[in-house]
Amino acid sequence: MSVALITVGLLALGFGLLLGYASIRFKVESDPLVDQIDEILPQTQCGQCGYPGCRPYAEAIANGDEINKCPPGGEATIKKLADLTGKEAKSLDASHGEEDVKKVAYIREDECIGCTKCIQACPVDAILGAAKQMHTVLTNECTGCDLCVDPCPVDCIDMVPVTTTTASWRWDFKQTPKGDIPVKMVS
Amino acid sequence: MQLPQFEDIISRLDKGQTWSFSGGVHPAGNKHLSNQTCTVHPSLPEQLIVPVRQHIGTDGQILVKEGEQVKKGQPLTQSSQAFSVPIHAPTSGTIKAIGDHVTAHPSGLSETCIQITPDGHDTWVSLTPTPHYLEIEKSELVSQICNAGVAGMGGAGFPSHIKASGSKSVEFLIINGIECEPYITADDRLMREQAASILEGVDILTHLLSPRAVVIAIEDNKPDAIAVMKQACESRTDIHLVTVPTKYPAGGEKQLIQILTGREVPRDGLPIDVGITMFNVGTCFAVADAILRGKPLIERIVTVTGSAVERPGNYWARIGTPVNHLLSVAGYLPKQQKQPEVIMGGPMMGFTLNDAAVPVVKTTNCLLIPAHNELTHGSDERACIRCSACADACPVHLLPQQLFWHSKAKEYDKAQEYNLFDCIECGACAYVCPSEIPLVHYYRKAKSDIRVERDERNKADKAKARFEARKARLEREKLEREAKHQKAKEARLAAVDNKTTSSSKDKVAAALARAKAKKAQQAGNSDATANETSSAPQDNKKAAVAAAVARAKAKKAAQQAAQQHTDTPPASNKSTDGQNVPPVSDSAEDAQAEKKQRVAAAVARAKAKKAAQQAAQQHTDTPPASNESTDGQNVPPVSDSAEDAQAAKKQRIAAAVAKAKAKKAAQEKNK
Amino acid sequence: MKLTLSSSPHMRADRDTSQVMRMVLYAMVPGVICQSYFFGWGVFIQIAIATIAALVVEASILAIRNKPVARNLSDYSAVLTACLLAVSLPPALPWWMTVIGVIFAIGIVKQLYGGLGYNLFNPAMVAYVVLLISFPAAMTQWIPPAPLHAVTLTFSDMLHLIFTGYTPSGLSLEQGLQAVDGVSSATPLDHLKTGLTQASTYNELLTSQVYEGGPFVSSGTGWAWVSVSYLIGGLFLLKTRIISWHIPVSLIVSIAFCATVLHLINQDIYGSALFHLLNGSVLFGAFFIATDPVSASTTAKGRIIFGAMIGFWIIIIRNFGGYPDAVAFAVIIMNMAVPLIDYYTQPRTYGHKGK
Repeated sequence: MSVALITVGLLALGFGLLLGYASIRFKVESDPLVDQIDEILPQTQCGQCGYPGCRPYAEAIANGDEINKCPPGGEATIKKLADLTGKEAKSLDASHGEEDVKKVAYIREDECIGCTKCIQACPVDAILGAAKQMHTVLTNECTGCDLCVDPCPVDCIDMVPVTTTTASWRWDFKQTPKGDIPVKMVS
Repeated sequence: MQLPQFEDIISRLDKGQTWSFSGGVHPAGNKHLSNQTCTVHPSLPEQLIVPVRQHIGTDGQILVKEGEQVKKGQPLTQSSQAFSVPIHAPTSGTIKAIGDHVTAHPSGLSETCIQITPDGHDTWVSLTPTPHYLEIEKSELVSQICNAGVAGMGGAGFPSHIKASGSKSVEFLIINGIECEPYITADDRLMREQAASILEGVDILTHLLSPRAVVIAIEDNKPDAIAVMKQACESRTDIHLVTVPTKYPAGGEKQLIQILTGREVPRDGLPIDVGITMFNVGTCFAVADAILRGKPLIERIVTVTGSAVERPGNYWARIGTPVNHLLSVAGYLPKQQKQPEVIMGGPMMGFTLNDAAVPVVKTTNCLLIPAHNELTHGSDERACIRCSACADACPVHLLPQQLFWHSKAKEYDKAQEYNLFDCIECGACAYVCPSEIPLVHYYRKAKSDIRVERDERNKADKAKARFEARKARLEREKLEREAKHQKAKEARLAAVDNKTTSSSKDKVAAALARAKAKKAQQAGNSDATANETSSAPQDNKKAAVAAAVARAKAKKAAQQAAQQHTDTPPASNKSTDGQNVPPVSDSAEDAQAEKKQRVAAAVARAKAKKAAQQAAQQHTDTPPASNESTDGQNVPPVSDSAEDAQAAKKQRIAAAVAKAKAKKAAQEKNK
Repeated sequence: MKLTLSSSPHMRADRDTSQVMRMVLYAMVPGVICQSYFFGWGVFIQIAIATIAALVVEASILAIRNKPVARNLSDYSAVLTACLLAVSLPPALPWWMTVIGVIFAIGIVKQLYGGLGYNLFNPAMVAYVVLLISFPAAMTQWIPPAPLHAVTLTFSDMLHLIFTGYTPSGLSLEQGLQAVDGVSSATPLDHLKTGLTQASTYNELLTSQVYEGGPFVSSGTGWAWVSVSYLIGGLFLLKTRIISWHIPVSLIVSIAFCATVLHLINQDIYGSALFHLLNGSVLFGAFFIATDPVSASTTAKGRIIFGAMIGFWIIIIRNFGGYPDAVAFAVIIMNMAVPLIDYYTQPRTYGHKGK
């Protein structure tokens, strides 16, 4: 009897030590939840969710806020967030805006008066210019957040939809403009 | 991986033995349709459309203007980077337009093209041939190849001068005359008709690369071409002519390397990594033309074939010839097709055109116009029965059905684990699939999705970095400002404390300190604006910034031209591109008037916006900003007179008020 | 004029799924004819019952699942499953058992998993195992092959037997199953299995009449010929490249190897390689069952492992298990292992370093 008890005890001790060692030795550094959420968000920094940027919203989600407040990310982002957080995937909260095609800002440069207001509004420093000089948008850096449009006193900023190029075409024949040029008929 | 050694390979090749690649298919060749007749020069089309980019790499810089007269062979673009080759005018004529036109791409999307109306004279520019190429520098020779616009004519159009200027030592120079795709006979005819020129090109490339051996490979379904080439090479001991058993896709670069040398190009590597460089026979011909005759690449052989053309055969098509011109030359028979269809390239890897106005480009080797039911269409996809016929056919040992499951389910990371990006899209798997699943289409879709996703991810990361850098900067500035305030406050307090025992000197000192603090504060503030541009994170978007700066500079230059007469800086002109600066107004009066108008217009717009907002806010809380901005696009050009601008402003206010009223009315109605 | 758009390749090989299925059906013809020569009309009647049942079940489930019925029926996969099951069943099996088998094969094993291409297990074999476990007696009652018949059953006798359990002249199933000596209706494998439990040796048992008239010593009467005729059909499939050689060859080699090893260890209880290959449904299974593409391994190496392991399990179960034959069990066991085999036998992609 005592032999059995001691054996089992030793076994338990041995496995306990083994497990304890393994948990230290093979510890996986998992990303904190906020970082993971932040990875999923589109990083437009548009603030449409009501938070000043994507990371604050990620923190809010981690603290229990709704996951359907991100219009630029749209349904795809909501689905990913739902997978990550285990919450139910709801449809986009319309009060924060609607999902739209991807756009970039475009300054009609001859109308720009150089007020620098848009520069201050841009969350990602994608507008270039100085006071009383015309400004321009670095198209590659623009996230299409829309924040520069309202501050412009002369309304010279347009949000232009990003067009599909041969490089960004996704093999979707529905996206193909239908040609309608006649072939010269012979015979 | 044990690489077969040079000597083994040579002795095998000389015995007529080759290696083989696993998989592959044997589709019906149908080459007899088009290889019976000599290559024909078609008539000059009414319009030539030359796409600026016709190869892998970047666009060149456009050298010509609309309306300009060009001569045949005149360069239209300039090669500005290593990975770019110029394009040339295929005939003499007038530049009709430079703009977007549908190009040879499966998407049917438009790209920048230069349209030329031929004058019918076909006059060459003066050509500078280099018949004694052995006497000039190799680098000079390479740049001549580049300037002649030679890009790989077999498939992807890799710029040839890059391959020809390899710094690594080359064991095998392989000349690819396989042409394994069914129907295509362009290389076949070229070899039969221009064997001597091809060999000249081979000699030039041999001179450039000094390989240990030159191998010309031809598939055994082209006995005539083999005979002609054999005769041409008869006296040449340095060239090994190898006949390769017919199997699709033996002409793929990696597959041919495997067949001839038993070596494999490592993933993410290039053929040169295993000591091999490969050129298509068409490219060799183009190189010979470029060096020995000084002719740039402005025409190529295109096979026009299929049962829906009356005269299938090969045509010397100028680059830029619209497909419909070639169709009419070959005698398109619309009645043979139920649904009109034109395939550019072969039946295995070619793509359907959505528009017959697409121009022939440097990589166009075939136009296939099949009659109804000539090609079996896999229209109806059935369930995959996991027969793995696809895996048996795959020349790169992928597991196509696993790729298919994961691509279809959009499990892209799994698809990449199964090496999706090693797929060469040869179509062998889809060819054999008994369930008629368009496998390659799924892969291409998955690949493009992954690429776009990756780009977006990168962009998001960059945006995040920029956002965080900006946040940090704002935070820093705030702290600095506070520190300055604090300092100023302390200085003030100190001054107050010292008041009781103050002398006039102290007072002055205090005032000075105050002034300094103030100045510092202002400096801090102005820094803030300056920083907007300078403190961007150290990403590699310097190019974009530089471009913008260049644009601004161009503008400034224009302004300075105007400033010669007046001190007042005029408002910027309308140019958006430094290159196309329109003439600046001649007199100072003009400039000033213009400036005034523009200022007035801007003020008017600002006022209108404000007014509209106020008007709207009187009735509703929702600011009509979006309405405004759309209206903004319709604002008449600024160069109108100030009166006009004011009139426009009035109209806009009226419109905004009307809109707001209408909205209110509608709301009340709803209530 | 609009131009049609499609994705490359624009050419297709002629062979499609329904053609593949039909070719397999054609390849079964010699086997079925031979089988019916020895075991009577029942073979055809079972095929007919199973085929009709399969079409009805498949059509109704497809309709429920909102899939195009005619299009999916025309791939002949249901017919093939039905035929494979039917020829594995005792020819005089009551019709409703066959129908239950078919319902199980098509309804549960195939359609519940998602239809053609999605089933993990070979439908015919799962149905066979279900019937074997549910109705062990009926499933082992084979009519004695032609030379051993006590009574010869006509087409109408057989039809009545299957649908009512009695022939028109009033013979019951059991009477119909009587062999000439009035004792045995056992298959050769059964005979050996029971014989061994009664302390007879392998060589003693081979003298039984069950093993007379085969092409080789130790091959059962009729059974061996049936196996050989399925082998002919299988070679036809190989020749036309409907199936690849990997599975049948590795399966047969593995059986020969395992059986020989055991036979050398103890000749009194373990049958020879030839005995195991020609008796039971090994050859049929090697060419027609194990090669079912949906539930088999898909890589070349994987198929060899798959076939070899089936052969191994057949010998193990036949010699040490409770059931006389084991093709169905072996195939099902290995079906389960397919994902694992496939995962570990991925070929090296061109240009990649070996794993």
